[in-house]
Amino acid sequence: MITHTKFRQLKDKGFFILICLLMSLGALPLVSILFELIRKGYKQLNIAFFTETAPSTLDAMLAAGTGDVIPGGIANGIIGTLIMVSLASAVAIPIGIMIGIYLAEKPTAIFSNIVRFVADLMQGVPSIVIGIISYAWIVCSFQSYSALAGAFALSLMMAPLIIRSTEETLKMLPPSLKEAGLALGASYTSVVLKILLPAAFGGLFTGILLSISRVTGETAPIMLTALGSSMITVDVMRPMSAVPLLIWEFYNDPNLMDMIWSCSLFLLMLILTLNIIAKFIAHRWKIQ
Amino acid sequence: MKDLLFKKALFTASLLLLLIGAGMVYTLFDGALPAFDAFGFFKFIGSTAWDPHPDREAYGALPFIVGTLFTAFLALLIAIPFALPVALFTGVYYRGTKAAHIIGAIVDLLAGIPSIVYGLWGFYTLRPWIIESGFSTGGFGIFTSAVVLAIMIIPYASSLSAEFLSMVPNDLKEGAYSLGATRLDMIQQVVFPFAGSGIFASFILALGRALGETMAVTMLIGNTNNLPLSLTATGNTMASVIANQFGEADGLKLSALIAIAFLLFILTALINLAGKFIIKRFNQ
Repeated sequence: MITHTKFRQLKDKGFFILICLLMSLGALPLVSILFELIRKGYKQLNIAFFTETAPSTLDAMLAAGTGDVIPGGIANGIIGTLIMVSLASAVAIPIGIMIGIYLAEKPTAIFSNIVRFVADLMQGVPSIVIGIISYAWIVCSFQSYSALAGAFALSLMMAPLIIRSTEETLKMLPPSLKEAGLALGASYTSVVLKILLPAAFGGLFTGILLSISRVTGETAPIMLTALGSSMITVDVMRPMSAVPLLIWEFYNDPNLMDMIWSCSLFLLMLILTLNIIAKFIAHRWKIQ
Repeated sequence: MKDLLFKKALFTASLLLLLIGAGMVYTLFDGALPAFDAFGFFKFIGSTAWDPHPDREAYGALPFIVGTLFTAFLALLIAIPFALPVALFTGVYYRGTKAAHIIGAIVDLLAGIPSIVYGLWGFYTLRPWIIESGFSTGGFGIFTSAVVLAIMIIPYASSLSAEFLSMVPNDLKEGAYSLGATRLDMIQQVVFPFAGSGIFASFILALGRALGETMAVTMLIGNTNNLPLSLTATGNTMASVIANQFGEADGLKLSALIAIAFLLFILTALINLAGKFIIKRFNQ
């Protein structure tokens, strides 16, 4: 009897150790990725990296030949990412929040269920398929690859995430909040805009930041729509570059290999910073 | 009056979403129609042909469908033994503690790494290891892609299933403990029966993620149009063939690629719906 109990306790301990082992093994890739990016990428991170456009293959080849740092930077990608993500946010955030409010206000209506269903469905659509949609709608309509098409693709990916987070946050608010506002004679509009949304600010903002960090690293839809550009452009009707797109371009050009790492390091830092800010805000503004 | 306008605006936004959703399906179907017309729907799905030569142009999706399912299921198989421990650790063993928070944060960070960075890591770090181990000569192929896909879906699968694990009521667990159960007994007898369907749903949703992943797979699978039948075989997934060939495609080839996108859309939608359906049942 005692040996049986001992055996079970041992089995329990063994299982826990196994879990911890497997978990640390699962964390290895993260460590390895960070290590590789920093080791290979840090030396390219200088002022020029943020202010100059991507180098030509020839310049990179000459620099590699003499063992120098590759001249040039990713300014065209940074500006492109900034423009496309801002444009996508400008569309997806207001519309996403509006739909989220609608779903939270009419949770059980058949129409709401259909909208929720479609939002769920859209969230699962692979990014490359989103790229094709934007290609068919925007690129084909305007007869040109454009930043606008890239931004549209990103907004299609952002909207479902924002809808979800808005609805979830609003649902967590106590109903008494809304009732108190209405009882004081405030109109429905001001109750929503001046009481519910400010109260839900933390959750909304977290959702927005996470959706931005999610689309900032997207490559596939941008590749099919914005195509890329070697110059700094601000014309949204023309092709434009983006940071993840530059990584893809550098990857396909052996001479620019060193740039891959600094570019990825920058992108990863950007996304991780967004994630950490989102976490921090979620923690600070937690609805009690 | 203002309220009415506001409510109308909310409704219009929601309607817009429905229109966009319907438009997406229509656009994909419409774009795919020439390919389905030329080869027949079932012939297109079942054919291994991929020949852009103008005189004998023929396209089929079978190698890519097989490539997609092969890599995604293999990735899930690799991911489960790592995702489940993380979920158990954060959702059962150390639920609500600082350790769980820190690990949860690390998992979220992993989930935030872009697909293309995983691809680079796979190409420059994992691939040399695989070549060195003698498993395959080029290092490209189904297995390499599946490993990277697995790493990509572990965070998603583990954070989702941890949520279901942490929903197991405390009194059930305490009941098991009071009967003399060890933690392992409790997990086997109480946690898994209670949260099993939720965990299953998490893995289905993770599978849906893996099916649609594009960039990392494109960089690692080798991009050949043959039917991949072994772990070391190179191939293409539905997403990677689109990423590779969309730029230079027109006419029937473009339609064939859109048809593949349509099929991928249906496939991921079905998988996601199945996952969501199980979760809905779980929550009731």
